[in-house]
Amino acid sequence: MSNAPVLKGLLVLLTCQLAGEVAVRFTGVEFPGPVVGMLLFLVLLRTRKPADSSALVAAPSLLLRHLHLLFIPAGVGIVVYLGRIADDAWPLALGLWGSWLIGFVVTALVASGLLRTVKDHA
Amino acid sequence: MRVYELGLHASRTWDWLTTSPLFGITITVAAYALGRWLHERTRSPVFQPVLVAIVVIVAFLKITGVGYAEYLVGGSYVGFWLGAATVALALPLHHEWHLVKRAAAPITAGVLAGALVSITSAILLTEVAGGSRELQLTMAPKAATTPVSLALSTQIGGIPALTAALTILAGITGAILGPWILDRIGVTDLRARGIAMGSVTHGIGTARALQESRTEGAFSALCMGLTAVATSALVPLLLLTL
Repeated sequence: MSNAPVLKGLLVLLTCQLAGEVAVRFTGVEFPGPVVGMLLFLVLLRTRKPADSSALVAAPSLLLRHLHLLFIPAGVGIVVYLGRIADDAWPLALGLWGSWLIGFVVTALVASGLLRTVKDHA
Repeated sequence: MRVYELGLHASRTWDWLTTSPLFGITITVAAYALGRWLHERTRSPVFQPVLVAIVVIVAFLKITGVGYAEYLVGGSYVGFWLGAATVALALPLHHEWHLVKRAAAPITAGVLAGALVSITSAILLTEVAGGSRELQLTMAPKAATTPVSLALSTQIGGIPALTAALTILAGITGAILGPWILDRIGVTDLRARGIAMGSVTHGIGTARALQESRTEGAFSALCMGLTAVATSALVPLLLLTL
């Protein structure tokens, strides 16, 4: 894998994100621009059907391999709220983890129940 | 060189260090590398690299007295790529498209059920535990991806930055406990696992789902996007009655 294809792929990713960011601001919709960019990139992939060696595959693969790294700076933001979290520990803990658990289990059971009718076994 | 000069140099160096982007970028990559190393050594799901890195950096900032804003001078260069990485999530979706398009109904139902239950239970459980109205509103959008939960929190009168922190905690919880819980409740279909991960644990859960399988990652990426839409629509609606 040479460097040039990755560069071209990064350019495509950034352009899709830029188009998405501009689109949500232009239309005034409260929605994340990158998610619109994801849909644009999906349309591009569906129409171009690039080979695995292509820039359009190499660049996103590179970013996705280290996706967790990119969440760290936002996560460190919790440092600002440590005091507030300690003050309201009980409602925050129950609200966060209780709700997370119920939401997760309900979603998993609804999806797996309905998927039994769709016979692709992945 | 006199001692006070050395002290002066040390303090100048420290000032440079904590205001240079190099500091935030290096500590972020180093903490992540440490997290990955620990994860590979222990093979324990508790040692999620993202969690280890956040704990290490938070501890470091607390000990040295460096503020979050100073850390972000460099940290934001790393965080910047999250947008492009979100765009990149179209790749697994493209590869698994043949499975995704046939599962439209279960995906829609899963996302709607997930958003409804997440929002309602977040508000009610925070209230039951004695949380203020402001805290309930802060908790309400936590299952949606960070930029959406942050915007919604602002819109409905929560504390936006705290919502972002809670959203990330929900994601980390999903990355650690999600696959284990899915095994316990007998959900083995990779598509269903992906739907649950994406709908309730957004990007951090999606990254974890991608590690399990490309199919699970693709369904998770799609449901993360759809949950952003569903949460944006449902939070204001549900607040009319809750």
